[in-house]
Amino acid sequence: MLDTRYRVEIPGGIKLEAQVVGPIPRFFALAIDLTIRGVLFFLLSLAMIPFAALGAAELGGGLYLILLFLMEWFYPVLFEVLWRGQTPGKRVLGISVINDDLTPVTLGPSLVRNLLRVIDFLPLMYLAGLVCMLSNRRFQRLGDLAAGTLVISVRETAKPAAIENIEPLAPSTALLRSEQTSIIDFLHRSRQLSEPRQHELAAILDGVTHEPSENGVDKLHRIGAWFLGVR
Amino acid sequence: MKQQLFEAQHEDTWARIEESLGKPGKADNSRILSEHYLLLCHHLAIAQERMYDAALVERLNRLVLDLYRELYRYRSETRLNLYAFVLRDFPHAIYRLRYYVLIAALLFVLPLLIAGTWTYFDDEAVYSLMDGSQVRDVERMYDPEARKLGREREADTDLFMFGFYIKNNISVAFRCFAGGMVVGIGTLLVLLFNGMFIGGIAGHLTRLDYVDTFYPFVIGHGSFELTAIVFSGAAGLRLGYAILHPGQFSRLDALRLAGRDVIPMLYGIVIMLIVAAFLEAFWSSSASLPIAVKYSVGGLLWALVLGYCFSGWRRESR
Repeated sequence: MLDTRYRVEIPGGIKLEAQVVGPIPRFFALAIDLTIRGVLFFLLSLAMIPFAALGAAELGGGLYLILLFLMEWFYPVLFEVLWRGQTPGKRVLGISVINDDLTPVTLGPSLVRNLLRVIDFLPLMYLAGLVCMLSNRRFQRLGDLAAGTLVISVRETAKPAAIENIEPLAPSTALLRSEQTSIIDFLHRSRQLSEPRQHELAAILDGVTHEPSENGVDKLHRIGAWFLGVR
Repeated sequence: MKQQLFEAQHEDTWARIEESLGKPGKADNSRILSEHYLLLCHHLAIAQERMYDAALVERLNRLVLDLYRELYRYRSETRLNLYAFVLRDFPHAIYRLRYYVLIAALLFVLPLLIAGTWTYFDDEAVYSLMDGSQVRDVERMYDPEARKLGREREADTDLFMFGFYIKNNISVAFRCFAGGMVVGIGTLLVLLFNGMFIGGIAGHLTRLDYVDTFYPFVIGHGSFELTAIVFSGAAGLRLGYAILHPGQFSRLDALRLAGRDVIPMLYGIVIMLIVAAFLEAFWSSSASLPIAVKYSVGGLLWALVLGYCFSGWRRESR
């Protein structure tokens, strides 16, 4: 089964969950970062003109090469360490690099994962990285494996639909907690589901609700509201 | 307690914490942060235990995760303590990886010596190692006649070369390290190739008797540069060997441990190559200094670097 949840037990005895992120958002983040780097590169080249005009082309050239070097190897490292694991591209996509114990990524691991980028790039267009990502559950590329890092989603999750105008209804039989949770989840998520799909799901419980599907959805919502504590 | 009552009781607190997390700087107070963290851990545990619905558990989980990341943001590891690093961590890392350093050094020095001897005794040999235009460039650079005619390099040119050496040399070292990920083959090739190349040039120039221009130039920065390349090779081999022979660990765990193990090495390589680029651009290039000074300072630098490499040993055996 496809499951993007990554669980770690943290101090405090809590099992914390994070959603790991697959190749597609990471590709878009990379594309944005490459564009930004391209623009920076262009501006940097423009900035060389005054140096040449002042007869200090060699000095400008030296600075240019150093900045080029920093941009080539340290652009992601700098952002990941100083900006909570996010390069500008990752920030736009709402994803973030994190150590595999879910603590923020630090300089060392960030350096390792980004230096190994050249291997992930092989043989071309990050093919090795992609194959590696798709062959493990945490979508780690080779650099991530060596550095012990992963990329997770840090985007706000959608808030559940507010429950209004629902008359609570006590269930006719006692239900297990897990069953209650399922019904509450159904209530919360029904706005994200199409009408036919809702009916389809409600139809599964025909034997419990004793209602045809149209009313079944309604009845489940009312029972859900009851379980939530609406009186 | 019904979920809705629980939510109603704590909604204000959660909203306040969510807001404070949105504005960095406000949540920086570590005492408040840890109080929030403990409280939210508690709430999350309750929500999980009572099997409140997924949306609430997810929201609390997100809050705890954000607080956790905030809480562990400032760790001593992030603050680079240069002093402790140079005196303790780097020599210790060299000691820890000593076998890899030894093998990397052999992989670099042996081809260097072989290629050097070969090009020294065989006039044609250098052309089998590199192409003709490269050989001509190198010959022109170190030709004693041309040196006398050419003017002293200007400070501007030195700066340009500094940038050039930084970009080139550190990139080579990084690639040498990264090559370790291909079960060490990339590292192996970079070490062998660079050893052969450098040895070939040295042998060829010695044969042409350009000794007084070549060796005084390279001896100074060579100490830092060649050693750093060997270290990057050692770091790469550490990765490669972890994949090839993970020992009692799973292959993934071995790789991850190796990744953590080489981090001080990477910092050290960068520092050493910046020093090397500085020496190469501003010290080695100056033609006005007498050759004797160049040799003695160069020798001193080599003694310093090699002595430093072994400084981790003493500490360990105490």
